[in-house]
Order: sequence, then C-alpha cells, then structure tokens
Amino acid sequence: MVKRFLYSQKVAPYVFVLPFILVFLLFWVYPLGSSVSMGFQKITIGQEAQWVGLDNYTKMLGDEIFLKAIKNSFVYMVLTIVILIPFPMLFAVLINSKMMWAREFFKSAFFLPALTSVVVAGTIFRLMFGEMETSLTNSFLGLFGLEPVKFLKGQTTGFIALLTLATWRWTGVNMLYFLSGLKNIPEEYYEAASIDGASAAQKFFRITIPMLKPTTIYVVTISIYAGLAMFVESLMLWNGNNSPKNIGLTIVGYLYRQGIEKNEMGYAAAVGIVLLLIAMIINLTQLTLTGMFRKGE
Amino acid sequence: MSRQLPKRLGLLLLFTVICLAVLVPFYAITLGSFKPGKELVRGGLNLSLDPSVMSFDNFTFLFTGEHAYFTWFFNSLLLTLVQVAVTLLVSAFVAYGFAAYEFRGKNFLFICVLLIMMVPFEILLLPLYKLMYDIHLMNSYGAIILPGLASAATVFFFRQYLRGIPEEIITAGRVDGASEYGIYFRLILPVMKPAFAAMAILNGMNSWNNLLWPFMVLSDANKYTLPIGLKTLLTPYGNNYDLLIVGSFFSILPIFALFIAFQKYFIDGMTAGSVKG
Repeated sequence: MVKRFLYSQKVAPYVFVLPFILVFLLFWVYPLGSSVSMGFQKITIGQEAQWVGLDNYTKMLGDEIFLKAIKNSFVYMVLTIVILIPFPMLFAVLINSKMMWAREFFKSAFFLPALTSVVVAGTIFRLMFGEMETSLTNSFLGLFGLEPVKFLKGQTTGFIALLTLATWRWTGVNMLYFLSGLKNIPEEYYEAASIDGASAAQKFFRITIPMLKPTTIYVVTISIYAGLAMFVESLMLWNGNNSPKNIGLTIVGYLYRQGIEKNEMGYAAAVGIVLLLIAMIINLTQLTLTGMFRKGE
Repeated sequence: MSRQLPKRLGLLLLFTVICLAVLVPFYAITLGSFKPGKELVRGGLNLSLDPSVMSFDNFTFLFTGEHAYFTWFFNSLLLTLVQVAVTLLVSAFVAYGFAAYEFRGKNFLFICVLLIMMVPFEILLLPLYKLMYDIHLMNSYGAIILPGLASAATVFFFRQYLRGIPEEIITAGRVDGASEYGIYFRLILPVMKPAFAAMAILNGMNSWNNLLWPFMVLSDANKYTLPIGLKTLLTPYGNNYDLLIVGSFFSILPIFALFIAFQKYFIDGMTAGSVKG
C-alpha cells in the first residue's frame, strides 16, 4: 500500500525533490531565521541571550571599523567588475577571431589560475608582493628605476595586490563565459554588417556588446556576489584577519572577527543580515535596470 | 592572406605577452619550491635563478620529513571524493524531479533553488556553526558535506541538462511498465554522464580548495584538509615556508594533471552557470 502510494506518478515528484526540501529547511531557512533573531540579541557565552531590539544595528552606524569594512568590500566589488568585464570580453572577441593562432592553447593557459585554491594563490601573491626589494613586483619596479614599495602596508597598494590576485584568477573563467556567449551570435549579423561597410569597431559596439548582454548580466551578478562576500583572499594575503589599519578588512572578515574571534555572535549576525540586504538590493536593482525581469524566464 | 599577416602576428604577440604574465606566478612558485624558506623570507618570491641557493631539500623534506602533509592530502582526497559522490547523486535525483514532472509547488520550490544561488553562503556561517554544535556534528566531515548535499548550482545545471533529453524516453519507459524510479535509475542516469563529469569537476574543485567552512568546523588536527593544513603553516610567530611553498606547489600538480586529461569537462563545469541558448 505504502509502496503503491510512493510509486504513483502524483507522489513521485515530491519524493524526488524531498532531499532538496530537507536541506533547504534545515541548512538554509533555519539558520537564516536564527541569524535574523540573533541579530536582535546580545549573546554572551554561558548566559541566557538577551533581547536588545535594534541595538546591534544602531551600534553599526557608529562603528567606524564596520563602515571601513563595507567601504572595502564595496570598492573591491566595483573594481573587480570594472576590470573583469571589459578585458575578458575583449580577449574573448580577439581569441574568437579567425586570425587567431593557437586558440585552444591560450584558452587553457588563461584558465590555469582558476585551478589554484585561494590558499595557494594567496600565498604566492603575498610573497610576490613582499616588501623586500628582491620580491617579484619590486624587482619589476626596479627595472624602471622605481623605489621598492611596501605593497601590503598601504591602502591603495594593498588593493592593487588584492585586485591583481582576483584578475589573475578570474580573467580566464570570465573569458570562457563570454566565449560561450559569442557562440550564440549568428554569423549572418556580422556578414550583413560587413556588406553595409561596418568597421570592426562598429561591429563590436553595435552587434557584439548588445548580443552579449545576457552573459554580461550573468557575470555582473556573480561578481557582485563574489565581490561583496570576499574574505579568504584578504585572509591569505595579510596572513590573518588583521591587516594594518584594516586596509584589507571586508564585511565577511568583520563578521568573522566579531562572531568567532570576539564571540559577539549577536552583533556578527546583524552584520550578516546587513550584508544579505546589501547584496539583494544591489542585485535586484541591477537586474531590474538591465530588464532581466521583464522578459519572464 | 598576406595582408592579414601583420594583424595575426600582432594578435599572437599580444596573447603571448598576457599568457606569460598569467604563467609568471606558477613559474615563481616552481622556482620557490627549490629555495630554502630562509631565502623566501629574506627575498620574497621572484624569478631569480640562482643555483647556489637552490636544491631539492624541500622535496626531500616533503617526501621523507616529519610532518602531517600527506595526512592532510589524503583527508582532502577522501573528503572530496565522498562529497562529490554524495552531492552529485542527491542533486541529480532532485533535478530530475524538477525537470520531468509538473506538480503543485514546483515553481515556488524552484525559486528557492535560485534564491540559494543568490544568498552569500558566508552570512550563514555563524548560525550553521551554532547548529552543527547543537546537533553534535562539530569536528566531523558530516558538517562539511550536509549543508551542500542538494547543491543549488548543481541542481540547476542538471535540470537544464535534463530539459534537453527527449520526453519519449520517459513515456517509453512507462509503456514498458517501468516504475517512476526505475525510469530514473535505468533510463535517465546513464544518459547524464557528460553532465555528471562537468559537475564532478566543479564540485570537486570547490571541495578540494574549500577553506573557510572546514576551517571553522574541524578542530582535530588529524582531520585537517590540505588548505587548512597549509594555512596552519603560517602563524603570527613565524612561517614554515620550507614546507608551505613546496606543499602548495605539490598540491597544484594533481589538479593540473586532471585538467590536462579532462579539459572539456573542466571548462563545461566551471562555466556551467552561463546563459546558453
């Protein structure tokens, strides 16, 4: 009887999606709910949690280190988008051109950095951006007669190191996204444009960029998410969560510092909720502005 | 053709230059793995090829010295294999439910899948940490595997893939008297192999390289994975570069080997989310 029930065509789909429902409830809905409620509490080890209303949130407004973390994450997100959209797109178009030699080789080579873990990549870049004059970046600067720079001690130079790491790891992957987008553009569009006497630049701006819009939106969406949630890169580059003057502190880094290092679980949960709201607002605005919702699915 | 030659050479030159820049960090760590840790602390990673400081000492230490590197290595290998196998089986099962049936609540549930992909996992770190503590899963691989069991990205990819499989397979199965699950296990699973390969790579890479969550959950040094182990070599009191650099170098090798063997699946897996068609 039970078997007949479970095997019926009406019930089977629910059996199939059941594991998802369980994981979703237990490991997403429940923690998210407890995050929301923890955000309204002061939690001290060994004591009953206290309800403190909006205290954690009002505290944030005056917390300069938190505001610094928000600024860092936001700047990082914007700059990764500014770098990791146009260049990979251009590289994809160039590598896709009929004039390109050794296309497959370059595709694979550009992809290699994405295979490394942040731990390994962060370690390599930390030592390449070392402050001694023999480190790779400083010996490169030396070629132009420039003085060695203490990259990881300054705000701008620290960000240069962070962004170089991100660019190195993700250019190849984003290029592949754009390459798969290019495959969807019908060749006839370009042929028709050639007949009308369009230049290569005109074709790029009038056909390629508009036709790549879905891919671009996708890459922007994941970059917003990844940029705002960045933490381990900073952790590895500065060998810990305490960069000088918090130049490398991110929102997730601050959440980790408060929740795990300082045991302020309530405050950390509130930081998490703010991050969630920021990510949602930016992404929904972006998707609305680019018209993703109008098309339906 | 000859008019195009300068352009072709220009393109080749441009890409060769970028390619060299991409490869420089790999070259630097390869050289670094032959240099003593002292030298790296003093000079950083660079491209200097100075045979007087270079030796195989680090490699000798890696393979014969007293350290836990290979414990971490095999822990990572075990965790990756188990996590990939379980996650793929569960996610494919779920994806089939979404792809093959119309049922009440389907759209709502699928929106939940998309929602998960849009929520940064990082904000769940603390409540999940508390939850794992409460259900006594701390310091176990279960705590790492369970939350990702029905991985949203993987479910999404499998569902897209399944939509391309002809309906007739299912109808024919029903006519032949196969049960709903029989159809899935005997007729559908075998045709999903390419999708499994791509997702095995994506999940395998994530699992092999994952640091933050395992680092929070695992406290027993015998259970450390490779990224955690490598990270413990860096401490505020001094860094064990002798093992760190050669260990990092060695940890990239198996992935490069797999990449060379299964390039197509790597590229499919890593770009799985992109918009197709």
